[in-house]
Amino acid sequence: MESQITKTKQFTKGGLKPVTDDILLLRIKKHPRMKEFFIQALLFFCGALSIFTTLGIVYELGKESLLFFRTPGVEIVEFLTGKVWQPAIGSFGVLPLVNATLMTTFFAMLVSLPLGLSAAIYLSEYASQKIRSIVKPALEILAGIPTVVYGYFALTFMTPLLRGILGEDQVQIYNTLSAGLTMGLMILPLISSMSEDALSAVPKSLREAAYGLGATKLETSIKVVLPAALSGIIAAFIIGISRAIGETMIVAIAAGSGPALTLNPLKAAETMTGYIARISGGDLAYDTPDYNSIFAIGLLLFMITLFLNIISRLLVHRFREVYE
Amino acid sequence: MTALTSTSDNNSFAIEARNVHLHYGSFRAVKDVNLQIKARKITAIIGPSGCGKSTVLRAFNRMNDFVPSFKMEGEILFHGKNIYDPDVDPVQIRQMIGMVFQKPNPFPKSIYENIAWGARVNGFKGNMDDLVEESLQKAALWEEVKDNLKKNALTLSGGQQQRLCIARTIAVRPEIILMDEPCSALDPIATLKIEELMRDLSSSYTIIIVTHNMQQAARASDYTAFFTMEEDRAGVMVEYDITSHLFVNPKKKQTEDYISGRYG
Repeated sequence: MESQITKTKQFTKGGLKPVTDDILLLRIKKHPRMKEFFIQALLFFCGALSIFTTLGIVYELGKESLLFFRTPGVEIVEFLTGKVWQPAIGSFGVLPLVNATLMTTFFAMLVSLPLGLSAAIYLSEYASQKIRSIVKPALEILAGIPTVVYGYFALTFMTPLLRGILGEDQVQIYNTLSAGLTMGLMILPLISSMSEDALSAVPKSLREAAYGLGATKLETSIKVVLPAALSGIIAAFIIGISRAIGETMIVAIAAGSGPALTLNPLKAAETMTGYIARISGGDLAYDTPDYNSIFAIGLLLFMITLFLNIISRLLVHRFREVYE
Repeated sequence: MTALTSTSDNNSFAIEARNVHLHYGSFRAVKDVNLQIKARKITAIIGPSGCGKSTVLRAFNRMNDFVPSFKMEGEILFHGKNIYDPDVDPVQIRQMIGMVFQKPNPFPKSIYENIAWGARVNGFKGNMDDLVEESLQKAALWEEVKDNLKKNALTLSGGQQQRLCIARTIAVRPEIILMDEPCSALDPIATLKIEELMRDLSSSYTIIIVTHNMQQAARASDYTAFFTMEEDRAGVMVEYDITSHLFVNPKKKQTEDYISGRYG
């Protein structure tokens, strides 16, 4: 046996050579793989980068917000519950801005959830290969349009449309409804694409099981495929909400540029992001309470989306039908 | 294309394929199948991989309709009616001709809901609890799951899942049950349980089973159809006979080669 080992020919760096025991021992000896190590470190760095960025943003937001909350006359409770936002007279109640953000977000989801989900069900369950190859890229183009274009679409198309339907005296030039509906169109491709991925990931065997029992296509889609894909769909919905809450350009252009606490969607009202955009683009001096307030609002926005993400994870965990 | 000897009694056929050719796009998957399936018997379809066994089986309840390029020529007669006629509703056909698949595929719902689901979409109005119990009992699964009906079906073992799939099929009261290699993902003990179950069910249902396993066909079926493929990869039926005849006394050399393991 020993002679066999020594005579075995193997590929070595020098070509095909008989392998002797000492060469073999040298080869199986542990040695560092520097290239692997560096590549692994690089990959780790890229993965960690997003975490560091998040931490950096939280730190910066927190630091500047602290400056704001240290301003005499500003209190955190009043900030969170105050109904008037007028920095000029020292009135920092964030509710009007939050309210406007929630209203635009609500209308956006009112458009994008049903339409996006229906589009996803159509694409995943009904559309032929050919139709899918046309509709999917079209939806992706919709996702690729810059939001500033959507903003002008809201102002020059959606608002006149609403005014035409509901009456010019009812609908203000700037209003949260127009901005919200347009934002819904913007988010629609995101919802439909993510939901479609979730629906398509449901194994074919489940659909066959339903068909084999004499279920129709609609019964199969709604009662088998949709529940099995629910976790992905909820995730899509929550990401859509986060997108709507954080969206800036459309609301800055079309929702109005003055904080107002109103539940009437036909009136102008400035959202949190709209306010941040206006102030950071304005000529306010650094370290004034007005200026610092945008960081507090930014932090609040961040916390709202974080909260939604946590909620979504809990919901997904609770309601999903695990199919494997 | 051996016809069965007892063709005189036409009513005893549950379903019948006449001059059936099946195509996927330009590829002819199966050609010229004539197969008369006896009612309340177990008919096995055996043959090498790729000979179109499953394609034929799926033609019996129009499951191939979901493949866009699928085309069929010929007739499949069910109660004298060609189920591929334009005025036939494939959804109704699938309720009357149920199917059990290769890999157990229970819904990711509770055991109870798995049984109730199919019945409900088919408009069942009776007592659902009774139906669930009755179906599980027929599928020889009741004793094992009766205390855990609310449990997720995916927590069951593979063999139990497959019997649940059979119970779910029974619950919609089909006439024919198609089984597409129902034991290929199961261990030998679970396989035997399914075979016993098939035997029990054959008193009330017609069963057609596709299997890779020749011993299974020999053990568990009354009739066997042997398929193979020709040079152009099109599947053909070589021989169809009472199982004991086909295995003991095959009439065709191809059949003999296959069942004695000299295939290819």
